[in-house]
Amino acid sequence: MSVSSSIVRVSKVTKTFQLGKIEVQALKGVDLEIESGKYISIMGPSGSGKSTLFNMIGGLDKPTTGKVFIDEVDIAQLDAYELAWLRCRKIGYIFQTFNIIQVMTALENVTLPMIFAGIPNETAIEKGMELMNLVGLGDRFSHKPFELSGGQQQRVAIARALANDPAIILADEPTGNLDLTTGEEIISLLKHLSAERGVTIISATHDFKMLNVSDQVIWIRDGRIDKIEDREELSISIGTIDTR
Amino acid sequence: MLADQQDRSPLGHIERQVVLPFRKSLEIAFKSIRVRFVRSMITTLSLVLAVAFLCYTNVTIDVVNGLLATGNADVRQQVTRSGYDVQATGDQVENTPKQRWIVFLSLLVCVVGIVNAQLMSVTERFREIGTMKCLGALDRFILRLFLLEAGMQGMVGAGLGALLGALFAITSGVIQYGIPAITSVVWVDMLGSMGLATGVGCLLSLAGVLYPAMMAARMQPVEAMRVEQ
Ligand SMILES: Nc1ncnc2c1ncn2[C@@H]1O[C@H](COP(=O)(O)OP(=O)(O)O)[C@@H](O)[C@H]1O
Ligand SMILES: [Mg+2]
Repeated sequence: MSVSSSIVRVSKVTKTFQLGKIEVQALKGVDLEIESGKYISIMGPSGSGKSTLFNMIGGLDKPTTGKVFIDEVDIAQLDAYELAWLRCRKIGYIFQTFNIIQVMTALENVTLPMIFAGIPNETAIEKGMELMNLVGLGDRFSHKPFELSGGQQQRVAIARALANDPAIILADEPTGNLDLTTGEEIISLLKHLSAERGVTIISATHDFKMLNVSDQVIWIRDGRIDKIEDREELSISIGTIDTR
Repeated sequence: MLADQQDRSPLGHIERQVVLPFRKSLEIAFKSIRVRFVRSMITTLSLVLAVAFLCYTNVTIDVVNGLLATGNADVRQQVTRSGYDVQATGDQVENTPKQRWIVFLSLLVCVVGIVNAQLMSVTERFREIGTMKCLGALDRFILRLFLLEAGMQGMVGAGLGALLGALFAITSGVIQYGIPAITSVVWVDMLGSMGLATGVGCLLSLAGVLYPAMMAARMQPVEAMRVEQ
């Protein structure tokens, strides 16, 4: 048994962007600990630094100061090879713009991370089909991305994020480009996966529909953590949202 | 439980492999070209033309040398009249320095064209490259994909160019000197010229993609993911 169940730990992270002569500080010192298996929402207005934080946690960008630990490993210490491994096996990414690789079919998109992970082709295809079924697109595996709707593309992205059974799924505004109902479907799919598979889901969003399913909400404002609320506090402070 | 923990630890002492098998790379590169057929055509077009020109000049020399080798005095005179310096070089002719210079320039222009087209193609594919990196692609996977694509384009484009150039050289030989132009050419020489032109074309295609591909491979995933407003 591990002593701490925190899977992500963010310690005094700041991030400064250089825009010509002006400096923009997108994160102004963020401390955060995320427990394994939870569904976490990072909420905040546009420009508050959600995507920047998302990129730091996902090892897609480096903090200016401070550290990010995944499973108590400082990801700044990883070399290019280990970082690629982390992105391949440990974390699944979901983006606002779906980011399905346009030249590949839905199934090829889902199997690509497995190919990178060294899984043989047949096994990858088999598992890819399972995942396509799981997200409800079993009959569309051979479709090209442009033949799929936004919601369907996001489902493919979710299947792809799950390909190597990651411990963490990072989603940056997964419903940002979707209409209301499709967005709700995607949210409940994510919630279902988190409950079913014990994946830690960290989702940056300003979509209040997300509040319903979150175990914890991290409110971020102007590059700082405003407050962190657990599910119970949330239902008290907002009152109307609990549906369980 | 413990095994599971280890397996999930990024620094655990277990086999940590990120791979892209060569066959899969070929498959992805091939599909990439097929899907972006028009762009691939544009990239390859300048290569086809430059290689065709190179092959044309060399095969023309082969044709003339073939004619000279017949020892026919009439033909020899005809060749001399069309501007070749037969006397000075014995029974063989070759490209003049000026011709070589022009061929060299056309190849140079071609490489610049390829670099330009490939840079555009990299820019168009920022998101795709970034996505692949988020899925665990190493820099060298990206580099390899671009090199494979360029290699395939080079092979097809240069092969086509060599064929066109040779055809054109033979045709113009026949027009100028009559049927003997075809019958007396040494086929081995001609195939050699075509092979050389194809090889040069492939090299040019690879040389042209080198810088753009390195740029693509080094790109950070986050740059590729940025939502353009
Ligand atoms: N690459 C960048 N270069 C310069 N400024 C940036 C960059 N990325 C983000 N920013 C700035 O950082 C702030 C936070 O951005 P972001 O993390 O994208 O916010 P959010 O995702 O919450 O909308 C914004 O002010 C934005 O302009
Ligand atoms: Mg954002």
